[in-house]
Amino acid sequence: MAPQAPAAREAPAGSAPASPASSWSFAVREFRYWTTNYRRTWRGSIYSSVLNPVLYLGSIGVVLGKLVDKHGSAELGHIGYLAFLAPGLLAAAAMETGIGESTYPVLGSVKWRRTYYAAVSTPLRPADLFHGHLLFTALRLVMNCTVFLAVMAAFGAVTSPWVLAALPVAVLTGLAFAAPIEAWAITVMKDTSFAMIFRFGMIPLFLFSGTFFPVSALPGWAQPIAYATPLWHGVALCRSLSLGTATIGGTLIHVGYLAALAAAGIIVGDRTYRRRLYV
Amino acid sequence: MTDPDVLIHARGLTKRFGEFTAVDGIDFDLRRGEAFGFLGPNGAGKSSTMRMIGCVSPPSGGELTILGLDPVADGPAIRARLGVVPQEDTLDVELTVRENLLIYGRYFGLPRDVISERTDRLLEFVQLSDRGAEQVEPLSGGLKRRLTIARSLISEPEILLLDEPTTGLDPQARHVVWDRLFRLKQRGVTLVLTTHYMDEAEQLCDRLVVMDRGKIAAAGSPRELIEQYSTAEVLELRFDPREHDQAAEKLADLRAQRMEVLADRILLYIPNGDTALAAVRGLGLEPLTSLVRRSTLEDVFLRLTGRRLED
Repeated sequence: MAPQAPAAREAPAGSAPASPASSWSFAVREFRYWTTNYRRTWRGSIYSSVLNPVLYLGSIGVVLGKLVDKHGSAELGHIGYLAFLAPGLLAAAAMETGIGESTYPVLGSVKWRRTYYAAVSTPLRPADLFHGHLLFTALRLVMNCTVFLAVMAAFGAVTSPWVLAALPVAVLTGLAFAAPIEAWAITVMKDTSFAMIFRFGMIPLFLFSGTFFPVSALPGWAQPIAYATPLWHGVALCRSLSLGTATIGGTLIHVGYLAALAAAGIIVGDRTYRRRLYV
Repeated sequence: MTDPDVLIHARGLTKRFGEFTAVDGIDFDLRRGEAFGFLGPNGAGKSSTMRMIGCVSPPSGGELTILGLDPVADGPAIRARLGVVPQEDTLDVELTVRENLLIYGRYFGLPRDVISERTDRLLEFVQLSDRGAEQVEPLSGGLKRRLTIARSLISEPEILLLDEPTTGLDPQARHVVWDRLFRLKQRGVTLVLTTHYMDEAEQLCDRLVVMDRGKIAAAGSPRELIEQYSTAEVLELRFDPREHDQAAEKLADLRAQRMEVLADRILLYIPNGDTALAAVRGLGLEPLTSLVRRSTLEDVFLRLTGRRLED
């Protein structure tokens, strides 16, 4: 059988246009593209999402932690180093997932595989592609952070049931990076720009945002910078939840900061996606 | 504009990129069921026009109505009724043939069983039934192009847009694509295509516009254009390069309707090629080779612009 001829359809000029589905359902269509795509690679990605926390918590958390604990833990708030480190690493891992998903896959879709150009020829709009990919990034964050929490529990690095609330916080932390970086990544022409983000953004944040030691241990001039970084807000909130020391005021500030960053990224990304794909 | 058979209506349609005007105030109407072509060399503004029709490039000026709707305000509603075959393949080469159709069908909000049923039908139509489970990456350019055509039909579009549908394909693959497009046309699918191949335009288009430097140089059916802008026959002569210029001078005496002196050949536009060849010999000229042929759209383009299509 061959495609049906559409000639018999009623005259379009007089008929009402098919009402476009909501933005939300369009974004879900793009999200399903990414999940279909992910089916081929999920096994490999699960290995690394298990292996990374095992290696970090095993080496730095357990082995280095023993040395740290010998010198007393007053600076850490009288807890073992492993319990201090683990929630910080959770937030840092979320950052890494968020940045990873929002760089190469985005440039690839517009430059190498060009699949975004196929998608904008359908009812989907550029912003739908952006939102759909953010949904997929959120899924990847939920997956990786859940695995991370399970590894944390296996290492005995969890002290409060509130740690479960660290999951949505870690996901939000990842999105606070993913949304603005994706908004920028769609404007990028060459992938060499991403090396800058990794070298001068991700790695310094990873090392100095309170993941491995409290920000109060930094020299005085550097502390305000560390407190202003999004990763510190994620680290501080995940840590306070994991240790059961969270306060309502602190939680609201951290969540507000991260949510504002994600929202700003979405607002800018709606424009940059449109500008790149509707020439 | 109330005629329900006019699917696309453009007046003074313009597209500018900064200082550069890619499409410079063109007018055309596309009617239901016809195969309409934009013929012109690279850079004539064909692809820019196609992208405006595809609602992925807002016009810089003029009027454009597609299916009675505004492409800027009603993009999703219009695109839901278009099929698009882009110039460069945008298939997901890491996925299988069937998965590509599944994803694309989902973009149109089609349920899985509908997509599956149409996929069987479309893969058969483009002769890819036995490749459904294969990954796209290793497929040849011709097969990928056929898959792209199948993909564009998954939503049963009212208008099919094809931007340079056979560019980059070998002759055999081109003929297969032409054959499939011809069948679609026979079934009443409205086709809009751009091409810089005059044979493609002659084979497929009921009506076409010749584009050059963002403007429409002429419009009509291939036959009308040839009748209006060229002669029934063309005599192509090739001389020894050392005698080329002298021969051109002498041939001017023949008073052919038109003569084009190209770098390697001389084209004489005349009603009857054999008579003209006899007259050339009568002037004492003996070409190395001579060819009598019918006029083509290439000759129309040469006449209108002074340049060749594929330069």
